[in-house]
Amino acid sequence: MFTILLNSNTQWVLFSTMIFGIAAGTMGCLAYWKRQSLMSDALAHAALPGVVIAFLLLGEKNLFVMIIGASISALIGASFIQWIRSSTRISADTAMGMVLSIFFGLGIMLLTVVNRTSGGNQSGLDSFIFGQAASMVRSDVTTMLILALAVILIVFVAFKEWKIYLFDPEFAKGLGLSLKWMNGLYTTILVTTIVIGIQAVGVILIAALLIIPSVSARYWTQSFQRMIIISALFGGAAGALGTFISALGRGWPTGPFIVIVASALFFLSLFFGKEKGILVKYLQLKMQKRLVNIHTSKALRTKGVE
Amino acid sequence: MAEAVLQVENLSASYRKNTVLFDVNFVVQAGSLVGIVGPNGAGKSTLLKTILNLHPSLTGSVKFFGLPFNKVQKRIGYVPQRGSVDWDFPTNALDVVTMGLYGQIGWLKRPSRLHKQKAFEALEKLGMADYADRQISQLSGGQQQRVFLARALVQNADLYFMDEPLAGVDAATERAIMTLLKELKALGKTVMVVHHDLQTVEDYFDHVLLLNRTVIQYGKTKQIFTRENISRTYGGDLRWLREESLHVHNPIK
Repeated sequence: MFTILLNSNTQWVLFSTMIFGIAAGTMGCLAYWKRQSLMSDALAHAALPGVVIAFLLLGEKNLFVMIIGASISALIGASFIQWIRSSTRISADTAMGMVLSIFFGLGIMLLTVVNRTSGGNQSGLDSFIFGQAASMVRSDVTTMLILALAVILIVFVAFKEWKIYLFDPEFAKGLGLSLKWMNGLYTTILVTTIVIGIQAVGVILIAALLIIPSVSARYWTQSFQRMIIISALFGGAAGALGTFISALGRGWPTGPFIVIVASALFFLSLFFGKEKGILVKYLQLKMQKRLVNIHTSKALRTKGVE
Repeated sequence: MAEAVLQVENLSASYRKNTVLFDVNFVVQAGSLVGIVGPNGAGKSTLLKTILNLHPSLTGSVKFFGLPFNKVQKRIGYVPQRGSVDWDFPTNALDVVTMGLYGQIGWLKRPSRLHKQKAFEALEKLGMADYADRQISQLSGGQQQRVFLARALVQNADLYFMDEPLAGVDAATERAIMTLLKELKALGKTVMVVHHDLQTVEDYFDHVLLLNRTVIQYGKTKQIFTRENISRTYGGDLRWLREESLHVHNPIK
């Protein structure tokens, strides 16, 4: 079972999904505190038409060009959401739901067209839906690695700026931090994180890797810095372990396994997390009850003496 | 005559289809402690936000120390309403106060121990030294407000804008905040405070700005804060005012 680890291509793919998981976990924390977890899901789905159109224009699979197509498509989706929210009476969550399903529908429609054309069948474009890490070649891995590391670097270098931007944007603006710039940078690295992951994890499940690690990390710490680090570790573990499991079978999709591993880490955190985990909360409540009992029985006894 | 630190001319602002503020004009002199008073929906918070470029203005101009906002941003401090942020954010009191120093620390640089020390001293000044390491979600409303005030204090600004710092705080906090505001004034700083409690206006502020979508009156509290002006600001709600004036004035000194 572990012999596949000796394959150098598998090693590279594992390494890149791990780095990607770290980037997604890091970015997920920003999305969590920007209250935009659902937004990442909408953007991921909105990326699909761009991937297929890039393939149609180029006639072959090239991850870098597809990433550009995906980014453009996701950004169009994002501006649609923004536009619907600001100029119609439709609320943000409805706008996201609409953009998510319309873009995804369009993507699937285009995909069907491509698969009908000659050669399209072998394109491996289907792997963009559920993710197929094994289909990545060396150049794909390099592209993904460089962009993921860039995202991680941007978050860590400007850590203090992200913190104040997320906690109190108006105050940040008063200090001279440009919100326009920060919003632009936020959207850029969010879209980057999503599009570099879609080949490995797939458009349907990629948002899970942005959402689940950050929520799990919340159960372990009360410091923003540590939350990002823990979330990055969870994301990295889910990425690497999920890819490893999916590599055990022939043609198993990667995305679902990554999400299952991430969810397992979430349930562990939910039950055993030291900050408001279910077990800790239960024990604390029990101890408080005991303390109250001791106090009241003491009080009763002193009364009895009187 | 003192230096004019804030000049507002013909300012107006709106939310979608409602004009919230129109034709707002006033000049604030250095060293004033100004209470901004008016009924709900009078545009008090909007006025602060429009002055500070956090909300777009439709017309008019605002000058600080005779200059536009972006030239003097560092001399201006802002204390937003407590409810404007998510207190569940994973950080502690000291860290929030340190945020007030970010402009001085410089972008992309990490705060040094000296900065942390400065932030701690500000917390100490507001009687919050024991809570420096406390999670902000575990602070009471009054304590959260003090953390916000400490954050503004470390900015070392010359002109402060505060949005309802006394709303929903306990008596001890109100006392601590008012002591601080008077100290700031004694240092020659200018403070503008959105205030909701009519009973304490005369004791707390030397200037008052009566606002109801436009400036009803602005000037020294002693001259402006009359029953007639108040009823003009609040509309014909006089009955409520008479009952109010029957109450014993009992401000916290």
